[in-house]
Amino acid sequence: MKALRNIVDKMKPNFEKGGKFSKLHSTFDAFETFLFVPKTVTRQGSHIRDCNDMKRVMIVVVVALLPALLFGMYNVGLQHFRAVGLPDAALMQCFWFGFLKVMPIVLVSYIVGLGIEFGVAQARGHEVNEGFLVSGMLIPLVMPVDIPLWMVAVATAFAVVIGKEVFGGTGMNIFNPALLARAFIFFSYTPFISGEKVWVAGLTKGEGIVDGFSGATPLTDAANALAEGAGTVTYTGGSGPMDWFLGTIPGCIGETSTLAILIGAAILLYTGVASWRVMLSVFAGGYLMGLLFNLIGLNAVMDMPAYYHLILGGFAFGAVFMATDPVTGSQTNAGKLIYGFLIGAIAVLIRVVNPGYPEGMMLSILFMNAMAPLIDHYVVEANIRRRNRRLKLAK
Amino acid sequence: MFSAKILKLLTSPLSQSNPITVQILGICSALAVTAKLKPAFVMALSVTVVTAFSSLIISMLRNTIPSRIRIIVQLVVVAALVILVDQILKAYVYDVSKQLSVFVGLIITNCIIMGRIEAFALGNKPWPSFVDGIGNGLGYGIILVVLGFVRELLGAGTVWGYPVFEKIGIYHTGYTNNSLMLLPPMALICVGIIIWIQRSRNKNLIEK
Repeated sequence: MKALRNIVDKMKPNFEKGGKFSKLHSTFDAFETFLFVPKTVTRQGSHIRDCNDMKRVMIVVVVALLPALLFGMYNVGLQHFRAVGLPDAALMQCFWFGFLKVMPIVLVSYIVGLGIEFGVAQARGHEVNEGFLVSGMLIPLVMPVDIPLWMVAVATAFAVVIGKEVFGGTGMNIFNPALLARAFIFFSYTPFISGEKVWVAGLTKGEGIVDGFSGATPLTDAANALAEGAGTVTYTGGSGPMDWFLGTIPGCIGETSTLAILIGAAILLYTGVASWRVMLSVFAGGYLMGLLFNLIGLNAVMDMPAYYHLILGGFAFGAVFMATDPVTGSQTNAGKLIYGFLIGAIAVLIRVVNPGYPEGMMLSILFMNAMAPLIDHYVVEANIRRRNRRLKLAK
Repeated sequence: MFSAKILKLLTSPLSQSNPITVQILGICSALAVTAKLKPAFVMALSVTVVTAFSSLIISMLRNTIPSRIRIIVQLVVVAALVILVDQILKAYVYDVSKQLSVFVGLIITNCIIMGRIEAFALGNKPWPSFVDGIGNGLGYGIILVVLGFVRELLGAGTVWGYPVFEKIGIYHTGYTNNSLMLLPPMALICVGIIIWIQRSRNKNLIEK
């Protein structure tokens, strides 16, 4: 550690004002603060002000994402071997296959995103923003495994430039950049991110499918049942709620396993990085909305047990990692509860009522991102009014 | 006839006081009709004609119009011209006229036209008003054509209906058309990018 510090210190003068490489100051600063805790703390931008700086906070989120990522890699292999008729493939074999499939997506997302971040910081002469450490990991986790890499690159560039840099960089963005990248692909290249084939590696290229195997996610099954007017939903992925909870079903890379996501949630809550208010209220909103639809019960999807919604699709992933984004969510405590509750409720509403979108989590979070400042505004107004009334009573 | 002053009326709406990117007028139609280049071009032409001639006519009448009913008079002139344009489009380019559908009729409500009449034609002689109308129509048109070109090329892979990307053979490399480009939200983002580029080149336009 000390040797590394010495090397960095020796290099430092070259990058200071007047040094040989002073033009590359932003780049050097990014690497130095990445390696060592700097002496300064974050003063503006995202509203986290304690002894930790932004990079340390972001790293905690990346660590919390690791269970979902590792399980995602294993599941990619598992689904593939099931599809080609080798359901008994060993754990390491599955993991290695998935690792080779997922790693390129992660690399593309980081290289493109950080490339733009470094370029912009260099051009404007300020320090490199840390936000992309998390976004770069979130983007691959919400992609289907068969997504062409150039689409990931285009979507990442779009999300970083239009979603973040235009508004002033990390801490200034209105929408969650990772979800923006997914939404971009969803509306631009719809066939590559929806349907029944994209969720399992190799299916789109027609690599051997065993009879009876379906690459459909349980939510796609539900949407199909709705479209056909069937009385009950026939689930093809996994054998029931336990499989869905563990995540051995087709789906986006990181979203299938509710268990792995809950481990991540525990890390986030223990370190105090994410807000429990948002997480809890998203789940509550989704569950209550599910119950409400159970009461109406007009078709097969409305009759789906309410807790299914919480473990299927990207609901848990969105609740834990996307909705809790401190930048794009509500800032006030009461606001966080309202914000989270509406995310859960709207996500289930979209799933059940709109057969065109089997998954509503992405659209619901993006929509509430736009509404968050409004919620905060009214929470603050209500507080001022309450205190005014108290003041009058005291007089 | 073509003094420096008149020429400035023609050129300044193209960049410095562009109706779309600087005055932020006529945005709706710019988003609605630019999914393809051809309708965008026809729309640009129609608006230019209507703006130029309505400015000309109103400017000729400017001393006889009672100011309390001037809006009604302006609307009558503009509406008459729009109906004329609509009939001509239906007669000669029926398919484009069908694509433009309601937006030809909505030229009446285009803010650029009323804006130029109110701000310029009512206080200036016919010839400068006519040139001003043409200039603003072209300024509107140039943005429409740029948008139409970009959106059609990236969204459908064609230019003026000609399948460029297919002829180059770019689809074999795995490239796919971006269907978001054909939706109005992306047109809004494209307008935003044009505004961004323009203001970073011309710092005078940046609001304080």
